[in-house]
Parts: sequence; C-alpha cells; structure tokens
Amino acid sequence: MTRPVAPAAAAAAAAAASKDASQERQKAMIAAHFHKLAQAPETGDKSVYTFVPGNLTELLGTFSVLPVLPEINALQSGMRGKSRDYIGLAEKLGHSEDVCTYVKCDIGMLKSGNIGPTGERLPKPDLLLLSYTGCFTFLKWFELLAQEYDCPCVMLHVPYQGDGAITDSMRKYVVDQLRKKVIPALEKISGRAYDEDLLKQQLARSAKAEDDLVWVLETGKRKPSPIDAYFGGVYYIGPIFTSFRGTQDAIEYYRELRSEIEERIRLGKGPVTPDGELTEEKYRVVVEGPPNWTSFRQFWQMFTDEGACVVASTYTKVGGVYDNGFRHDPSRPLETLADYCMGCYTNLNLPTRVQMLARYVQDYAADGFLINSVKSCNSFSAGQLMILREVEQRTGRPGGFIESDLVDPRYFSASNIKNRLESYFQMIAQKRAGGS
Amino acid sequence: MTLASLLQRADDLYRDLRFSAVRDWKQRTGGLAVGYMPVYVPREVLHAMGILPVGVMGAGDDLEIIRGDAFYQSYICHLPRSTIELGLNGALDCLDGLLFPATCDVIRNLSGMWMMQFPGKYVHYLDVPQDFAPEVGGAFYRHELEQIAGALGKRGGKPLTAAALRRSIAAYNENRALVDGLYELRQREPWKVPTAELYLLLRAGCVLPVEEHSAMLRDYTTAVRAADDRRPMDQARVLLAGSFCEQPPLGLIRTLERAGCYIVDDDFVQIHRWIRGPVRADGEDPLQDLANAYLFQGIPSAIRYIDQQVKGKDLVDRVQQSGAEGVIFCAPSFCDPALLDQPMAVTAVERAGIPWTAFKYAENTGQFQVIREQAGTFADSIKLWSE
Repeated sequence: MTRPVAPAAAAAAAAAASKDASQERQKAMIAAHFHKLAQAPETGDKSVYTFVPGNLTELLGTFSVLPVLPEINALQSGMRGKSRDYIGLAEKLGHSEDVCTYVKCDIGMLKSGNIGPTGERLPKPDLLLLSYTGCFTFLKWFELLAQEYDCPCVMLHVPYQGDGAITDSMRKYVVDQLRKKVIPALEKISGRAYDEDLLKQQLARSAKAEDDLVWVLETGKRKPSPIDAYFGGVYYIGPIFTSFRGTQDAIEYYRELRSEIEERIRLGKGPVTPDGELTEEKYRVVVEGPPNWTSFRQFWQMFTDEGACVVASTYTKVGGVYDNGFRHDPSRPLETLADYCMGCYTNLNLPTRVQMLARYVQDYAADGFLINSVKSCNSFSAGQLMILREVEQRTGRPGGFIESDLVDPRYFSASNIKNRLESYFQMIAQKRAGGS
Repeated sequence: MTLASLLQRADDLYRDLRFSAVRDWKQRTGGLAVGYMPVYVPREVLHAMGILPVGVMGAGDDLEIIRGDAFYQSYICHLPRSTIELGLNGALDCLDGLLFPATCDVIRNLSGMWMMQFPGKYVHYLDVPQDFAPEVGGAFYRHELEQIAGALGKRGGKPLTAAALRRSIAAYNENRALVDGLYELRQREPWKVPTAELYLLLRAGCVLPVEEHSAMLRDYTTAVRAADDRRPMDQARVLLAGSFCEQPPLGLIRTLERAGCYIVDDDFVQIHRWIRGPVRADGEDPLQDLANAYLFQGIPSAIRYIDQQVKGKDLVDRVQQSGAEGVIFCAPSFCDPALLDQPMAVTAVERAGIPWTAFKYAENTGQFQVIREQAGTFADSIKLWSE
C-alpha cells in the first residue's frame, strides 16, 4: 500500500527552489535515523520493520527499537529512479505483474543489497511487526519478508471500520493483541520491560505535534492557501507518519513548520513549489489517492503550470486522521493506540471516505476534486469511481480522474495525465465563466 | 432422479443468474435470504435463524458486463464488476442482505459501495480474526457473529437459539462430510467424478437449502459409484491452486480435463471445505463451538495469517495426500491474495520437487485454446517425464 514521507531525494529536488528551515531540519532528522539504522549491526540497536498506517512508533520508542518502514523505502526508491530495476528483478523472480509495486520494489531492493535511501545498508529486521491496518497486501508482504529473514513476526490485526464506527469490541481486540502479543514480542527482542509511564510521555509529545500538524493542514482553507496540501503535504506528514511521532524532534519540527506558515500567511504568500512560489492561485482542488513517486516533480509541475493548488488531500491522512479531533491520549495509552490504528484513512469504509472528501471540498472552498487512482493500491483504488460520482453529487463540484502508479514508472503516462489535467482545469474555468 | 437429470438441475442452478431457486424458496417459506461473498462465512448462524444463505460467486461468462465496468478501473479483478452488475440488473433483489467477509481490499471496499448503492439492504463486512487465540481473536469473532445475528433478528430473522444452532451445525457437518466424501472419491477414482460435475454440485450448494443440497450430493455419490461406464483414462493427476475467490468459467475446468488432466484437488467454492472436519454439535455453547471451528479447524489459505507455520507446507501436503503429480496455479487476474501468495507456494512445491505450471483467468474468460495447449503440454510432460 501507499505511504508518504518526505524523502531525502525529493526534499533535495524541492529545496532547489526554496529551502525552509523546517525542510532542512526534516532532512537532517531522516538522515540521522537512517545512519542509526546503518550502524545498528555495530551498535546492537534492534530494528523493527513495520508499516505506516497503524504504526506504533511511540510504543517502539519506549523499547528504544528503530522502526524501518518498507513502504517508505519503496517510495524513496521510486523517487531515486531505482524502482524500475527493483520491480523488474522481483518480476523475474516470479512476482506477478498484477500486484502491488511497493512490494515488488521492496523485494527487488532487498535482493539488490537492501541499500536505503541515504546510500547506507539497512539492517535486517529483529522483528517484523505486521500492523495489518487498512491494507490486505501488508499481510502478504510480511509473509514474503518472513521467508527472507530469520526473525519472528508478530501480527497486529486492526479491524476495519466496516460499519463506519469503532466499537468497544474492536478496541478491546486491538488492545488485547497489544498486551498479549505485540508488547511481549518487543520485550523479548529489546530485553526491556514495558514501561507505561514512558509510553504516556511519548503519547503526550505526539499530541503536541499533532496539534501543529492539523493547524498547518487546515491553513489550506485560507485564500490563497499558504500550503500545497498534497505535494507539499507529503513533506509535512513525513516526521509524524514515520519514525518521529512521540519525539521532541517532531514537536520542534512542527513548531518550526507552523511558524514558517504563519509567516507566509502574514505576507499573503502562496505555497512553495519546486519552481518557486505559486503566485496566483487559479484553482483550488482536493485530491484523493496517493501521488506517483517516480515522476513526483513532473506531476506536481502539471498542477503549478495551471495555477492549481491542492488545498486538502486524503493521502495526508493515510498514517493518521487528526483533523477530526483525534489526538493520542496519554491517559489511555493502549486504547488510544488502538483508536489511532483503526482511524487511519484506508481503514475507513467508503461511505466515510465519501463524507470526508465532500466535507473537504466544501470546507476548503475547492473548485473541484481529483482522484489519482494508482494501480498498485486496491485499498485506495477499488471504489474510487463510485467515490467520484458520489462526491460530485453531494457537492455539485466537478471531479476528475487520472491513473498512474506508486513506483512503477511504466504506469506513468505524462502526456495522458497532463492532457486530462488541462481539460479538467479548462472545464472548471468554463463553468466559472458560465456561472458568472 | 437420474444422474443426467441431477446434473441438468445443477447446471440450471449454475446458469440461473436470476437466482430463481432463492426466489422460490422465499415464496415458499417467507424467510429472509442473505448473500455472502467468497470465501467463508459461518452459514450455520443464518440457517439457525431460518435464513437462506446464498453464495454470490459472480456471473461467470454468461452475463455481459455493462454498468459494472463503470465502477472499476481496468486493473481490478472481475468478480466485483459482475456482482455490481447483478445488483443493478435486479438479480440480487431477492437478497435481504449481503455479507462481505474479509477476503481482500476489493471485496472489503465493495461492502461500502453496496451500502451506498443499496441503502435499504443489510450489509455487513465480516472481519474475521487473524489472531487465533480464543480469548483474543475468538472473542472478537464471537462478537461479530452476535452482531450479525442481532441485526438480522431485527430484520425478521428468527432469534438465534442454542438448540437451533446445534441443529444447523449438524446439518452443515453432514453437508461438509458429503462434500469431503466426493473429494475423496475423486482422488481415488477421478474418472468417476469429473471436476466439471463436482464443481456444478458445489455451486448448487450456494443457492439451495443445505438439506436439499445434501440430498443432491448423496444422490450423485450413489449414482457415480454405480456408473460402470465411467472408465479410467491415462490422464495426469493435478492439483489446481488459487481459484478460491473469483471462480473460473466452467469451460476452463472442462478444458483442463479435456487437455489430459484429472483434477484431484482444488480450491473451488472453498466455503464447503473451509472448516476441516465436523464442528462440535452437542456443546453447551454452540456459538463458541462455531467460533472455535474457525480458529482451529480453518484451512490454511492465502487470506489467513499462518503465524509460525511454514508457507506452502499445506499445499505440498495436499499434493501428497491427493496423489497429485503436479500443481497448476490457476488464479484470477489481479487477485492480490492468490498472486501475492503464489511465489511462496512455488518455492514450496519446487523444494518438494513437484512439477508446476501457472496461468491466470477471469470469470468471463472465453478463449481456452492457449490454456488447453499449456495444460496439455504440462500433462504430457508429467506422463512422459515424471519418475
């Protein structure tokens, strides 16, 4: 499945035009994390492979183990131009052309030496923490990795919000697994006892960072928006969706980011893009679905060329939905982790996703919404054509539909996507003209 | 009933995309009918509430998909398209609800689509546990079943009682035993039980009340055991893996048999064999017995976390138990569970020295020549070169 994060390679590309202090900070945080991972075989630090949605970063932090997120490695490989070869290698090894390219990219990377995005080798996992949240493929992905590594695998099955709500039974199920399976597995590999007070401290820090993240994302409601909540948004969610939730670093990153955005608002500036500031906000759109990573900058530029700003996106909720009021709550540590896991975007049923998108279109005063449907991710993509119709019907705003993939460059047809986007924005312009 | 007329009845049921048997049953009994998607739901609960469980296995190659394709991108499998088509053309009006078991993200998301498209119907995503500890996953699963029973009770199902559930468990135990008996007979004498026939019988079990289906299975078993005109041929014994959700067209199964394969084990309509052996039918708490059966008697599957077990071991065991000489991986296009599982299964069968081949299909695949040639070559290679 899909997941974001501000990758070092992308950060470098974007920063060519403008490099905020927060970007520099994030880049340094990520580099330090990957360096720690590379040093793990020498330092004895334990590494735990897990997934972004339903990640238990605060809990892992209490055991001082280092998270490795294969989705992030895959998307970084996509941005660094490595994914084509990795996917090709996996397909040669018998992996179907029909399945998730994140998985194949990861398998290909593993078979090619497991070199991470900073050029250093990633450590083998001491534990595979299968946080089975919002994506069936996760189950198979770690079964595949379990064949490659001689390490234990622990399952955390996070129930889907099929009826659009979290029930006590669902919460209890997750908490019971945390207590009886996940925590003992972490105790075993780390040699440390579970420390709930420490977890509470981590969760309190998470909530602080989450407040600032939400504040930043909601500035997309302003006109002009000081942020791009999709292309820019993937950088903003980086620290909180991955290895840094619950850390002081994350608090400082989001505080700094917030103050930068406050300054942009004060100056009446639009978002920073790879080509500089977007000076005229012609179109405001909401985007559903993950971005394409292999042509990320080109994809972004197709929007900026049209003067389009993404004011809200669902992808930036894939590692946690916070703008509905949820915050990690230190007073109920395991329960709040359960609620977090169950609340991630792809764990929401389709009616809830439709409601959320319709709300974004209205609350963010968008001209319309776009769906980038990626071949790899059925969790996102199955049902998106119905989402398109439903959101159009509920909001009266036009929807657009484009198709690409996460990290398989064979599925990014630049001219086709550009044509569709141009037509879509022309349609909005004509509607406006007709309306006036 | 003669064998021919029995098979004709099964074939009629298979091809009846209006679900007339379900409509007739509702007319006769006034009961509710609730559908289920692949792969597994505990039908016993529905049966005990006087509800007819109805397997919705897609529309095969008999229905032109027009509106269903407007709901899905090209890279999504075929089953949800035909299911939507059946919903929109009124074929599934006879169902008072539809259960969507946790099979994959496509089936999962279809549950939400169904809620929006058919707001009056009962829709439930059955999140089967991937934790198999009774006090953890078992408790969660039991609650899921209670929730379904409660909701269907409000819609007109009879209250779920322990006595009724015990009777239903017994009825399905008998049914499973009959299916298992046919699978065993096919393993011993595959010429007696052509898979195309067995498949039709399995599909009949998706729309008939369990008692009627069991009678059909009994009649068929008796008839084929006595059929002296069914003689062995020099065919290769193969196990077909991967067809547990979207079903292959009947023509594909016939093609494989005509290409020289005796299918001696398969994954078709897996709900009939998901639980191994009988579920306890005389316990104090039959709902718990049913939950325990899911936890401890469920078959290894691509959609089930296997924890510390070895991937592919079950497949190798099945090859050995069935006396198969090779494996055909026969998965639907774009089927995440089957296709992501396949490399691990291939590793296991290769390690065991078992020959294999692979191809993909869609439920509406209409051209079988290439498959026939591939399967024929595979069968020939087994007959000619295997030790």
